[in-house]
Amino acid sequence: MATETVVDRPKAAAAPKIRPLTMAQAISEAISAEMERDPKVFVMGEDIGKYGGIFGATSGLLDRFGKERIMDTPISESAFIGAALGAAAEGLRPIAELMFVDFFGVCMDQIYNHVAKNIYMSGGAVRLPLVIMTAIGGGYNDAAQHSQCLYSLFAHVPGLKVVIPSNAYDAKGLMISAIRDDSPVMFFFHKGIMGLPWMAYFEGSTNDVPAEPYTIPFGKARVAREGKDLTIVAVSQMVQKAVLAADALQNEGVSAEVVDLRTLVPLDVDGVLASVKKTGRLLVADEDYLNFGLTGEIAALVAERLDMVRLKAPVRRLAVPGVPIPYSRPMERFVIPQVEAIVAAGKQLMSSKL
Amino acid sequence: MKPTPEQLRWMYEKMLLIRHYEETMAKVYLEGKLPPLIQKGLAFDIGSGPVPGEMHLAAGQEPVAVGVCAHLRREDSVVGTHRPHHFAIAKGVPLDRMTAEIFGKETGLGHGKGGHMHLFDPEHKFGCSGIVGASMPQACGFALAAKKLGKDWVTVASFGEGAANQGTFHESLNLAALWKLPVLFVCEDNKWAISVEKTVATAVRSNSERAASYGIPGVRVEKNDTLKVFAAAGEAVARARRGDGPTLIEVETDRYLGHFQGDAEVYRPKDETKELRQRDPIPALAALLKQNGIADDAALERMRAEAVRQVEAAFDFARKSPYPEPAEALEHVFA
Repeated sequence: MATETVVDRPKAAAAPKIRPLTMAQAISEAISAEMERDPKVFVMGEDIGKYGGIFGATSGLLDRFGKERIMDTPISESAFIGAALGAAAEGLRPIAELMFVDFFGVCMDQIYNHVAKNIYMSGGAVRLPLVIMTAIGGGYNDAAQHSQCLYSLFAHVPGLKVVIPSNAYDAKGLMISAIRDDSPVMFFFHKGIMGLPWMAYFEGSTNDVPAEPYTIPFGKARVAREGKDLTIVAVSQMVQKAVLAADALQNEGVSAEVVDLRTLVPLDVDGVLASVKKTGRLLVADEDYLNFGLTGEIAALVAERLDMVRLKAPVRRLAVPGVPIPYSRPMERFVIPQVEAIVAAGKQLMSSKL
Repeated sequence: MKPTPEQLRWMYEKMLLIRHYEETMAKVYLEGKLPPLIQKGLAFDIGSGPVPGEMHLAAGQEPVAVGVCAHLRREDSVVGTHRPHHFAIAKGVPLDRMTAEIFGKETGLGHGKGGHMHLFDPEHKFGCSGIVGASMPQACGFALAAKKLGKDWVTVASFGEGAANQGTFHESLNLAALWKLPVLFVCEDNKWAISVEKTVATAVRSNSERAASYGIPGVRVEKNDTLKVFAAAGEAVARARRGDGPTLIEVETDRYLGHFQGDAEVYRPKDETKELRQRDPIPALAALLKQNGIADDAALERMRAEAVRQVEAAFDFARKSPYPEPAEALEHVFA
């Protein structure tokens, strides 16, 4: 961490190498590349060393960079998230992993009163180039304190960029952008798309990833699947579910377009509007809570622009109803939107009228 | 403080029950989680089988639960952790409803809403949390209530050595010391905070040293010794009931299994658990029971068979119980 210079590696002469990676591999590869490029980048968090992160996001990094730059922390989140802020304010580029998003309650003050506000309160004098990454999502019966998404809560607080990849390719490019950003970035990976050997996952999340570093800009949604009858807006694992639902809808003669927001802050309003203008129907599918969250935000931004967008049916929202995530399998499947629920909502939208 | 023959027998029976419960759970947990029953390419699927989700087992940590709970009455409270079964069993939580909860069944303690990390039994005054460090402030609250109600009830907060680096540990110790709350802070030092060793994460050798910061007694029990836990807890409970305030006890205890089932334990020295099992507290207590003429071989065998019977009955009850209706998910958000 001694030198000041950032070194871009020389381009390889051979053809660019591309191979399929899991999302976990793509994230650790992105961090590894940035750590090589910039000595100011380091990682701290719980079980990120020998374990390689409970969800594999720092796999192999300890062997490569040593414990001075891959730092296992005590279970003292206020201390190490606050320390990430301090180190970032001094110009380093910390990446802090906090295992599950559900655990953020213990250090929220450092995040929503400090990480999110110090740039603003300093009138831009302070820079905070830090990334906080964490695991989200249910679907494997880990109950109310280990299955939440909660990204809407962070997107609600001004001052935090919110990144939520749905696949390996995006995860690598978005993570590199996050590390190079001078503002705090919250990076959320869903456990059920990481491609872990011990948890079922949606295979669409494992895809071709170039070996070379690349960036994906924030605030640019991706059309994951084109369609003309209906727009499904989603993030993270729900994108993978929505693509499967769109395939099923295709068999029933409904052409659904899937828009992957990729980042909530900044939000690609134009990207959403462009798709809804084309289809005239909007379904927002989300694994976070229904109330006061992502689904309401997307519905509202369309509602505010009904002079520009002509809807053919009322907006539909699918998300976790106002209950904590229950443990038992039949109840968990009931509250978290499944592929079949997206298909049913899509069909319902096609038959409903304004 | 020495245990009576009845207390010794009680501790032994509960330890047998806990150990057999955890070992049975370890086996049942694997049902439906291995190839070829799962997604192709996976080695294990945490979300499959009759007991899905994470599973943190306490085999090896029995001395802490029985040594402490031997002094408790039904009115006393225990607030546990993500690894809660040993304390739940020692506090008297019914095995059948606890197991049904872990199977996600309608007959479970929380009708399938909580699962293994979130067991609530207000009747036997037991609760726990999946969040590290969450037990201590809540234990202060149970103790505060006892004080306000004019009762001599005590409350136990169990937590791991990793949780002693949470702010809640320091805040709770200060509050309990300041208000002389009848709390036992029981730190289960199994050396590993998932993969992070205590020496890497904690600035002092023993968390009991930290009691000095708050002017309360701090005791360290070495080598997973059931009788020493019993003695330390006995003094602490008596002190709390007298109204003299909290005590911090750290017990060096042993985690025989992974942090969770399915943990490959790449971080742990290869033969560590084999060595730890050399000092298994259960045979040690059996030897003591025989030595003191409290139980002969036949009596020990009867106790073992009884533990097996109880565990089998509980798992049988859980398996045969129905699942909740999916829409029951919408109930119980508010009282």
